[in-house]
Amino acid sequence: MTSQNRPLRVLAAMSGGVDSAVAAARAAQAGHDVVGVHLALSSNPTSFRTGARGCCTLEDARDARRAADMIGIPFYVWDLAERFREDVIDDFVAEYAAGRTPNPCLRCNEKIKFAAVLDRALALGFDAVCTGHYAKIVETAGGDRELHRSADPDKDQSYVLGVLTAGQLAGAMFPLGESTKAAVRAEAARRGLAVAEKPDSHDICFIADGNTAGFLSGRLGEAPGEIIDHTGAVVGTHQGTHAFTIGQRRGLRIGTPAADGKPRYVLDISPVRRTVTVGPADMLDVDEVVGRKPRWCGPAPEGEVACSAQVRAHGAAVPARASLIGSELRIRLHRPARGVAPGQAIVLYDDTRVIGSATIAAAARTAA
Amino acid sequence: MPYLDHAATTPMLPEAIEAMTAQLGLLGNPSSLHRSGRAARRVVEEAREAMAQALGARPSEVVFTGGGTEADNLAIKGLYWSRRAEDDRRRRVLVSAVEHHAVLDSAQWLGEHEGAEIELLPVDRLGRVHPESLREALEREPHSAALVSVMWANNEVGTVQPIAELTQVARMYGVPIHSDAVQAIGQLPVDFAAAGLDAMTVTGHKIGGPIGVGVLLLGHDLTPVPVLHGGGQERDIRSGTLDTPAIAALAVAAELAVKRQPEHAERLIGLREDLIRRVVEVVPEAVLNGDPGPDLEARLPGNAHLSFPGCEGDALLMLLDARGIECSTGSACSAGIAQPSHVLLAMGQAEERARGSLRFSLGHTSTQADVDALVDAIGAVVERARRAGMKSGTKATDHAV
Repeated sequence: MTSQNRPLRVLAAMSGGVDSAVAAARAAQAGHDVVGVHLALSSNPTSFRTGARGCCTLEDARDARRAADMIGIPFYVWDLAERFREDVIDDFVAEYAAGRTPNPCLRCNEKIKFAAVLDRALALGFDAVCTGHYAKIVETAGGDRELHRSADPDKDQSYVLGVLTAGQLAGAMFPLGESTKAAVRAEAARRGLAVAEKPDSHDICFIADGNTAGFLSGRLGEAPGEIIDHTGAVVGTHQGTHAFTIGQRRGLRIGTPAADGKPRYVLDISPVRRTVTVGPADMLDVDEVVGRKPRWCGPAPEGEVACSAQVRAHGAAVPARASLIGSELRIRLHRPARGVAPGQAIVLYDDTRVIGSATIAAAARTAA
Repeated sequence: MPYLDHAATTPMLPEAIEAMTAQLGLLGNPSSLHRSGRAARRVVEEAREAMAQALGARPSEVVFTGGGTEADNLAIKGLYWSRRAEDDRRRRVLVSAVEHHAVLDSAQWLGEHEGAEIELLPVDRLGRVHPESLREALEREPHSAALVSVMWANNEVGTVQPIAELTQVARMYGVPIHSDAVQAIGQLPVDFAAAGLDAMTVTGHKIGGPIGVGVLLLGHDLTPVPVLHGGGQERDIRSGTLDTPAIAALAVAAELAVKRQPEHAERLIGLREDLIRRVVEVVPEAVLNGDPGPDLEARLPGNAHLSFPGCEGDALLMLLDARGIECSTGSACSAGIAQPSHVLLAMGQAEERARGSLRFSLGHTSTQADVDALVDAIGAVVERARRAGMKSGTKATDHAV
């Protein structure tokens, strides 16, 4: 928890899951004046949760309400389905249509949770929005707020928060940063929160059945094309480039095995030419990444900065050097990374501190 | 805590609580033939007589139900089915565009699943149905009308409907007419026989009785197809063990509500007019929805429904709730999400204005202090809500909505 000395008016976003419930409980216990809000983001809220997929159904709203009851805080539901559809879902589809691999959780944090929700909360007199993200906000002696990885490396969600600006961080509260998931579940049970045993939601919250390819086909239709290898030879066909992502190995319907017998991976996607390029694993390695639309958690870095770079939500950070040239971020990785997909975020760290992030526009292997 | 949501529900009258409590400890199913059963049955029958007396009906016209929604469902569905069974041409169900969802959704369901043709009777900018609209609708094809349903007074904006004239028109064409009178009883003089209605819905918890019990008054010529089949209670029209304690409480509440109606209406009108005048003083852009009245024929005594340009209703509600002032955005919700009110939309209002509305409703426990508390808070609350703007992201620019 941040070291706030005075009680704040806190809007606790409660998804109906165990993390946001415990986060809200901790905020209330710390003496803040907390109001719980369930964000209704789904355009089809009548569906009930099936297992661990999907989120923000009526059942989730009820779980959030019950948690708010147990904690003893007011509870409301905010309808942000339209904004979510425009800023997150439509963006998701458009990115795939453009041959990129989006991260909707990042977009949701950037545009919904710490924008639409935060703006509304601040306007209504709240001081901060509290969520159940596993991340830490550390206040320096100088009074700056820094975003850091959480204590639980397996659950660390600083990557999807790397898109927050200093202004957004000023209004954020992450009470779970020092805890492990196991500890949070145990605490939920101790507090009598029924959601202690609720499975975590995985995959994409707005694709309830987990079938991303099916969802995208539904929105984009089928646009068949060729699968070619890195020499340009046609090796197969596909039903739509949106079913592929850089570094993907499964789902490639290739008739003949590669000459060297080794597995092939998606190297490139071109929706305009409707081609998917595949090749051997070592061709996936990149050590230069170009990022656009950089966002900084503090002041923008000057000159070249030594850091570590994380290129996907669940993946280790690689030592790197980054420079901001104009509005473009150029990152040189000290070790090659595999499967760096345009549309994902590259998040830069200084040890556990998040420096900032950018959207991956291109990646390349420099000549040896 | 200033409670300004009496239209949603209102505190039980002490006399009703007493009547209910007295029954709770007793044993007896009113359908049983032995002494215990007969004792319970007697309480029910005395309640039936009291209800009939209070509402200008005959005891044999009183059907006890599990509340207003159930009574509305029974009226709309049951009468449609029975009328159509008599004459298959009778497919049209005519309901006002501002009915409560218990009527509207029942009708809609019939339209989607039972071959009914739903015709919404339009309302004017004040939310009122004109008898001419009904006449025109029935004249078009008299034999195809199954039934008509128009509420006595609208629960959201308080507009009182011209029930006497509407029943005259319906009678002219021989079409049964039902009225959901749940908001009217206790605030307006309501007499079933004098009104010329064929069916009328009453519910306990709007008049100081308990939640979960109500009445459908049904004229003798009508035998709706039941919604609830079972033991055959209430002349086979509504099966289910009668809830003796709740019925006893309902009857007491109804008697008192009707008896106290004249002074109650006068007191509420006083408070309401004060509330409206002073809120508009603090927030000059606030607009009253419905018929400004101020008399009984125009608007429900306890209802003050206002739009606040540039604000979202749910933001206003939340900010008032934080100050202990309880009211309603007056719109339906399932997951707790407000939808723009179909009543306001039917009155011709734009969606943004419809979303920026609050309903303040007074009741038997309301005091001047409740009104004062609202007036004290509303300025700051509107200011904040306006800062938060509209969901569409636009801030208010045009106040002349």
